[in-house]
Amino acid sequence: MDTTGIDARLRVDYAGFSLDVDLRLPGRGVTALYGHSGSGKTTFLRCVAGLASEGKGYLSVNGQVWLDTASGVRVPTHRRALGYVFQEASLFPHLDVLRNLEYGRKRVPAAERRVQLDEAVQLLGIGHLLQRLPAGLSGGERQRVGMARALLTSPRLLLMDEPLASLDQARKQEILPYLERLHAELDIPVLYVSHAPLEVARLADHLVLLENGRALASGPIADMLARPDLPLALDDDASVVVAGTVAGFDAAYRLLAIRLPGGQACLRVVHAGLPEGRPARVAVRARDVSLALAPVRDSSIVNIIPACVRNVAPAGHPDHVLVSLDADGAPLLARITRYSRDQLGLAPGMRVWAQIKAVSVLG
Amino acid sequence: MHLDSSDFAAIWLTLQLATLTTLLLLLIGTPVAWWLSRTRSRWKGPIGAVVALPLVLPPTVLGFYLLVAMGPQGPVGQLTQALGLGVLPFTFAGLVVGSVIYSLPFVVQPLQNAFESIGVRPLEAAATLRASPWDCFFTVVLPLARPGFVTAAILGFAHTVGEFGVVLMIGGNIEGRTRVVSVQIYDHVEALEYAQAHWLAGGMVVFSFVVLLLLYTRRRAAPLW
Amino acid sequence: MNAFSVVAGLAALALSAGAPAAEVQVAVAANFTAPMQALSQAFEQDTGHRAVAAYGATGQFYAQIRHGAPFEVFLAADQERPARLEAEGRIVPGSRFTYAVGSLVLWSAQPGLVDDRGAVLTQNGFRHLAIANPKAAPYGAAAMQVLHKLGLAPAVESRIVEGQSIAQAYQFVASGNAELGFLALSQVYKDGKLTAGSAWVVPAALHEPIRQDAVILDRGVNNPAARAFVDYLKSPRAADIIRSFGYEVAAP
Repeated sequence: MDTTGIDARLRVDYAGFSLDVDLRLPGRGVTALYGHSGSGKTTFLRCVAGLASEGKGYLSVNGQVWLDTASGVRVPTHRRALGYVFQEASLFPHLDVLRNLEYGRKRVPAAERRVQLDEAVQLLGIGHLLQRLPAGLSGGERQRVGMARALLTSPRLLLMDEPLASLDQARKQEILPYLERLHAELDIPVLYVSHAPLEVARLADHLVLLENGRALASGPIADMLARPDLPLALDDDASVVVAGTVAGFDAAYRLLAIRLPGGQACLRVVHAGLPEGRPARVAVRARDVSLALAPVRDSSIVNIIPACVRNVAPAGHPDHVLVSLDADGAPLLARITRYSRDQLGLAPGMRVWAQIKAVSVLG
Repeated sequence: MHLDSSDFAAIWLTLQLATLTTLLLLLIGTPVAWWLSRTRSRWKGPIGAVVALPLVLPPTVLGFYLLVAMGPQGPVGQLTQALGLGVLPFTFAGLVVGSVIYSLPFVVQPLQNAFESIGVRPLEAAATLRASPWDCFFTVVLPLARPGFVTAAILGFAHTVGEFGVVLMIGGNIEGRTRVVSVQIYDHVEALEYAQAHWLAGGMVVFSFVVLLLLYTRRRAAPLW
Repeated sequence: MNAFSVVAGLAALALSAGAPAAEVQVAVAANFTAPMQALSQAFEQDTGHRAVAAYGATGQFYAQIRHGAPFEVFLAADQERPARLEAEGRIVPGSRFTYAVGSLVLWSAQPGLVDDRGAVLTQNGFRHLAIANPKAAPYGAAAMQVLHKLGLAPAVESRIVEGQSIAQAYQFVASGNAELGFLALSQVYKDGKLTAGSAWVVPAALHEPIRQDAVILDRGVNNPAARAFVDYLKSPRAADIIRSFGYEVAAP
C-alpha cells in the first residue's frame, strides 16, 4: 500500500475566517489536528473530505490526487476513498444498525473491500446492536456504530471530527480503548481532530497545531509536546509523551518498568502487568518534574533519572520557567521557578538529575 | 338518494382530475421543491414567490388568465395549435393544466419543508459513504422525506377536488369532460335543485373532513412533516 | 351680508332641492349590465337618487335573496324567479312587471363568420358553440329552443360549451375560445348597432319570448329610491335607453 503521505496545500475563504495551510503529513498512523475552537481544524478536515466546496489548492493522499485547482481537478466526495466519523454519529435514522453499516460497504466494489463486517463489529463491540434503530442507541453506541460504518468502506484515509466531544467522561473512557485498538490493528492512516489534550496524547503519532486558520507547527508528537515555545507547553497541564518499551514487572509491588528510548534508564510506575517488550506510552506532566544537581538518596520519589538540559524558556507564568531536557532519549519538560533556575545556575548542556514524581501510562 | 347519472359522472370526473393532477404535481414538484430547498442562488426568492402565487391569487384571476393564454390568440394556445392539439379550454387536458398550476404550492411547499428539515448532514454522510448525489437522493432523501410526500399528495388531491373558480373559467361545463362536482353543485343551486345540491355538497364536506382527519392524525405520529 | 343671512340662504337652498337623495340596492341579471349602467347614470341625473347595482346570475341572486341578501330591487333575466319570490311573499305586492324583452343573437368575434341567416350553424366552420347554462339562464334555454326548432341540436350538441352566466358565455366567444355563441343582443349592441364581429339576430319566433321581470323586494318597501327607480324604468326616457341596447320594451 502506498504510504507516500498526505500533501495538503489548502485554502478556504469564508466571511470572517480563512484557512491557509501547507502541510506534509505521514501516510500512516494517527495525525492529530489540535487547536482551540475556531482554529480551523474542522474546516481543514471537511476540506480534505471534499465537503467544503469553497476549498482551493492541492491535495494528494498516498498517491491519489483529490484536488488540484490549477489543473481543474476536483474529485467529488463520493469518489474519494475516505471514511468520515462526524462529531454526532449522523447515522441514517430510517435504517437499522446493520443496514447503516452496510450502506457504505455495499457501494465499494467487492475487490476493494478489505475490512470485513464481523471484523468491524468485533472491533467496536456492537454485535448486540445490529437490529436496533439509531434512535434506540445511547450516544456512545451511536459513535461506535458511526466508526464501524466509516471503517467498512475500507477507506484509504479515516477522518474523525472530534468523535468523543459530545460524550461524557464515562463514555469517552469506554471508547478510547476501541480507538486505540483501531490504531493498533488496522493499517489505515487517520486524521483526528480534537481539542482534548488527553485524547491527543493517547492516540496521536503526529501532531498539527492550528490557530486562526494557520498551522503553527507540525511534527511527531513527542517532539511537539516537548517544545516549550508552543502554546501546548504553556498550558498548566503541559505534558510530554514518552514512547518506551516494557522492561519488566514486579508483581509483589505491582511496579511496571518501562525502558526509555535511549535503552539505559527505566521509569517505574504502579500499574497492571504488561508483557515484556510491548511498546508503552507514558505521559509526564512538566509540573511533576523537579531538578537536582546531584541524585537524591532515600527519597520516596521512585524515578530519578540523569538528564541533559537542552533549553530554558519562559513559561506561561512570569515567575516560572520551562526547562526542556533530554533524559536517555526521552524529551522531558520541567517547570521550575526562576529562583530555582538562578540558584542552580541552569544552562544548556548541563547535566542534572530529573526527579519525576508522577508518571501515567497511556497504553 | 337523489343523485343521478350526471352527478356520478361529475364525481368520477373529479376523481380522475384530482388523481392525475396529484401524480403530475408530485413528478413536477419534487425537483422544484428540491432545488428550492438546496439552492443559494438569488433566484430562490422570486421562484419561491411564483410557486406560492396560486395561494393568494383569486382562482378566477388565474382562470381568466388561463382562458386568455390558452385561447387561440394566447401564447399557449398558439403553441398547442402549432402542435396540432387545438386549444386547451373546454378540454379535460385544459383542466389538468389549470389544476396543476392551481394546486402547485400545496404540493411544493410540504415537499420543500420536508427536504429542508432533513438538513445537510445526512447528505454529507451519504457522500462519505460513496453514494453519488442521485443514489443519495433515492436511498436517503426520499425515505426521510416520505411523510412530506404523503402530506403533499393528500393536500394536492383534496385541493384539486375543491377547485371551482379555475374550472368555472375554463371548463365550459361539459358533462363527462369538464363538469366537476363543485360546478355540478353550483348548477343544482342555480336550477333550484336543492336536494341534489345538498347530497353532493354534504358528500364533499364529509370527504374533506375525512382527508384532513387522516392528515392530522398522521402528523402526530410522524413529526417530520 | 352677515353670517346669519349666509346660513339662512344655504338652508333655503338645501330645502328647495326636494326630498333628500337616497340609495337603492339593485340586483341585476348579467345580460342587462350595459343598459343598467346607462340607466343608473340617467336615473341619478334626473332624480338625484343613486342606484347601486350588483351584476350576476339570476339563479344565484334568487338563492341569496331567499336567504336575506340586502337587495331592494331585483331585475331578473326571466319571469320564473320573480314569480317564485312573489309566491313566497317576499316582494312588495303588485310590484312585479316586465321591464325588458330580450333578443337572442348568434355572435362571433370574427367579422364575416356569421351570415345574416345563421346558416353557419349548419356548417362545420366552428369547434365550439358557447351558450349560457340552460338550466340557470333563460338565454341559454332560449338558445337550446332555437337549436331544437331548427333541428340542429343533435349535430351541434357535442360542440356546445356552457358558461355559468350569459356574461361568461360572452367571455368564451370574445376570447376566441368559442368561435360562435348565443348571447344577449345587448352584449354586442350599442346605440342601435353591432359593436364588433358578425351576428345573426335570431327571429323572436324561434324561441319562447325572453321576458325579463323586475320586482321590489320587501326590504325596499320603505325606500323612496326603490319606488323611484322602478317608476323610472317604466318611463319613456328609460325605454329609449333600453331599446338602444337591443331590447324590446313590453307594452305597458
